[in-house]
Amino acid sequence: MTLDSTKPPAPALLALNRISLSFKGVKAVSDISFEVHAGEICALIGPNGAGKSSLLNVINGVYQPQQGTIRFDDRTYQHMNPYQAAHGGIARTFQNIALFRRMSVLDNVLTGRNLHRKSSWIEQALRVGRAQRDEAAQRRYAEIVIEALDLQRYRHNTVGTLSYGVQKRVELARALAAEPRLLLLDEPMAGMNAEEKNAMAGFILDANTQFGVTVVLIEHDIGVVMDLSDHVVVLDYGMKIADGQPAEVRAHPAVLAAYLGTRH
Amino acid sequence: MNFFLEVLLGGLLAGVMYSLVAIGFVLIYKASGVFNFAQGSLVLFGALTFVSLVERHVNPWIAFGLTLAALVLIAIAIERAVLRPLVNRPPIVLFMATLGLSFILEGAAQLFWGAQVHGLDLGIDDKPIELGGVMISQFDIFAAAVAAVLVIGLSLLTNRTRLGLSLRAVADDPLAALAVGIRLPRIWAIAWALAGFVSLIAGLLWGARLGVQFSLSLVVLKALPVLIIGGFSSIGGAIVGGLLIGASEKLAAVYVGPLIGDGIENWFPYLLAMLFLLVRPSGLFGEPAVERV
Repeated sequence: MTLDSTKPPAPALLALNRISLSFKGVKAVSDISFEVHAGEICALIGPNGAGKSSLLNVINGVYQPQQGTIRFDDRTYQHMNPYQAAHGGIARTFQNIALFRRMSVLDNVLTGRNLHRKSSWIEQALRVGRAQRDEAAQRRYAEIVIEALDLQRYRHNTVGTLSYGVQKRVELARALAAEPRLLLLDEPMAGMNAEEKNAMAGFILDANTQFGVTVVLIEHDIGVVMDLSDHVVVLDYGMKIADGQPAEVRAHPAVLAAYLGTRH
Repeated sequence: MNFFLEVLLGGLLAGVMYSLVAIGFVLIYKASGVFNFAQGSLVLFGALTFVSLVERHVNPWIAFGLTLAALVLIAIAIERAVLRPLVNRPPIVLFMATLGLSFILEGAAQLFWGAQVHGLDLGIDDKPIELGGVMISQFDIFAAAVAAVLVIGLSLLTNRTRLGLSLRAVADDPLAALAVGIRLPRIWAIAWALAGFVSLIAGLLWGARLGVQFSLSLVVLKALPVLIIGGFSSIGGAIVGGLLIGASEKLAAVYVGPLIGDGIENWFPYLLAMLFLLVRPSGLFGEPAVERV
């Protein structure tokens, strides 16, 4: 799908409808609705504890909301489960990197290709039938992603030995390897310096334009958010306080209050 | 020289029997990063169920199938009742759970089938035959052949298929595995079912040699040094470790035993394992930096 300057008419790829989530009576997210259109980069922002990560976890089925529905790709779910989400084309990264630390970069990226393998175990074990062609195809796609994220020289390194910034990139690579339609990024630039943030922002834009992935990301750096995203949703105390284009959101009084405090 | 060869070969073949038990541990360790204390109970459960069915005049092949089906059901039940609620807990929690599981399995096996000793005849003589001037037990050769087939099959499955990659991924980080669309419940159930299958084979071979009885669950103690030497996460390591233990304990018993007293066989493997722990804690083929046991 192409990015259109008049976005709203196109049906949304993802729509959250009145989602509420609580943990043993503590409300994490209350009554949140918003839509993400195909091809856009949507940023979720808000102070710590606003419910941003919880919302991502609802989208890919790690948490199950008590109320509300999720519509993804014309199907409506009461709640997802992570397998359904992955199978349907939702990939994600985590705030505290969740990589397979004892495996190489290539193997990590290949796990992202798991759902695309077509050959059976027996074919794979005996290297007959579709297995070889299949294996080669997965390797080829993994290499494309590795190259796109500039990870060639770490290909065979064990992930646990790599620096934090590189690990963040590997996690993005694994998510992209799944050829997702929707990519959820939980603070992809946390703990990075300005230069690394720039590079990461570049990779996210590439993912969006070259790989055609719709992105929902959580980020604290407002400058990056304003540059990167087409659409910003602001949360505070588990509620949505603003939703719109970056410039609109930036000027919104409730956002200013949440971020800067109210002017008295 | 012939005598030396005979002792060595006998030891190597005995080692294969240890490896068989060790492989079951490796499969679970690969999938959950945990030492499965209940492996011995699975061995006992498998052998006892098989032998009891055969004594009730069930065709041995059907008995084998039924026992295997029971083990698969147990694997699924373990995934549902134990592994799923404990996902993302520290390995020590899972370890304690397998400890509890071992008592449940042993209790269940004896509840159903009683506690008496059963003889098990697989139809293979334990008589030595002469091969190239060396006397070797037929039964040992049979056991080695079975082990070889099993190891080749499992190696192909875990090294070449996506199951292998999924197993490693699940053991490494269950949450991340979920996010890339690996079905944890299925992978765990498969790993436990495979471990059940291996323990059934081990149980039959050991049961035929020692008789099927409660103490069968203690053969796993011999698998411990094998795992320490071979590495907890490597099927190949379990084989090499088993061969090393088997050969060295027999050689030590024959050549060192007369000098310092009998009974070397019982403690020598543990001494060897301790030396390995000092020099190479992750074993010969284990993944380094294995902080979990």
